[in-house]
Amino acid sequence: MYDFEFERPATIADAVAALGDEDAQALGGGQTLIPTLKQRLAMPGKLVSLTAIREIRGVCEDDEGHLCIGGGTTHAVVAREAADRFPGLASLAARIGDPAVRNRGTIGGSLANNDPSACYPAAALAANATVVTDRRTIVADDYFQGMFTTALDDGEIIAEVRFPVPEASNYQKFIQPASRFALVGVFVAKFADGVRVAVTGASESGVFRWSKAEAALSRNFTPDALSGLTVPADGMIGDLHGSPEYRAHLIGVLTKRAVSAAT
Amino acid sequence: MTQVSMTVNGQSVSGEIEGRTLLVEFLREGLGLTGTHVGCDTSQCGACVVHIDGAPVKACSIFAAEADGAEVTTIEGMAAPDGTLSPVQQGFRDHHGLQCGFCTPGMVMTATALLKENPKPTVTEVREYLEGNICRCTGYHNIVKAVLAASGQEMPAVAAE
Repeated sequence: MYDFEFERPATIADAVAALGDEDAQALGGGQTLIPTLKQRLAMPGKLVSLTAIREIRGVCEDDEGHLCIGGGTTHAVVAREAADRFPGLASLAARIGDPAVRNRGTIGGSLANNDPSACYPAAALAANATVVTDRRTIVADDYFQGMFTTALDDGEIIAEVRFPVPEASNYQKFIQPASRFALVGVFVAKFADGVRVAVTGASESGVFRWSKAEAALSRNFTPDALSGLTVPADGMIGDLHGSPEYRAHLIGVLTKRAVSAAT
Repeated sequence: MTQVSMTVNGQSVSGEIEGRTLLVEFLREGLGLTGTHVGCDTSQCGACVVHIDGAPVKACSIFAAEADGAEVTTIEGMAAPDGTLSPVQQGFRDHHGLQCGFCTPGMVMTATALLKENPKPTVTEVREYLEGNICRCTGYHNIVKAVLAASGQEMPAVAAE
């Protein structure tokens, strides 16, 4: 890979300062970025590793009952420590990549990268999580802005992700058998004031909410409530793993399965 | 160049590295510990798995500088100093869990981590945990048998799926 400067600050403040340089890039767990650097698809002048910043690691609960996950928390830790409080989220984290990848990859890295087939964006959008950065808070509805695009500014660091905890939730992931990424993934979250459904892997615009299904499920939280509802294939991803029509069809199937598993 | 220090297989080591030096490069080329293999170099195959602070990690997808201060265990640290194999290594030997052997260091490190988390895994749990370790020779059946043997269990008498 290309040469670069490497820094490993121990505080958010030092990391933000290091990222102030033009051409600096934050490095989370590196499970996407390091392979990307090897392929020479990225060429930052400086890498700022976030792995030494203790204050952005760990899982806790705030006074309002939100599950607060530090941006530098690995998938393995979320799978373990969110299991009692938010099993739908823990189960999602436990299915990302493989055990070794889950020991490095972080929730902040996944959300900052916003890969259109990543799992975490579906949970964050379905639960309407709040992304807390070094400088502001951003609600999920405003955060995701298309494939690999988010509301984050250059050099902005995800310090924490704050999840409202649903009454019931489930994530269904239909894996692309070679990469094990989601060919389509659907996260359903039922709250006292309504149901939210977020879809990853399917759309050329990245993660999105299926509002028709949300309205139907908010009235009647059963798989039958989805009968007759379909997603148009327009704007869905088409590649050798599946056509736009196939992905659109899977959204309906997986949403029914998620509701069925959550009830 | 920067200085990095860590504990590898119980011994304190240090060396001069570049920012872009991968942990696996530091282990193999810096320390001469060539048991950790590089297969795909893209974090798919698992031949490079080592333990960092007790947890399995792909050494091709972490920079050496990120392991500064960590406790690293490689395949060279698995057998006892007198050469007695670890239970997982012995299982692989007894059950012919390898053919060419290239994937074996990573398989042993991942399987060892599994048994630490889950001392009596089912066949399905073994297969799922080894999802990130690819073997092109064995068809996996004897690897699963070896891991079960290391956990003190026998393979259920059913044909491989």
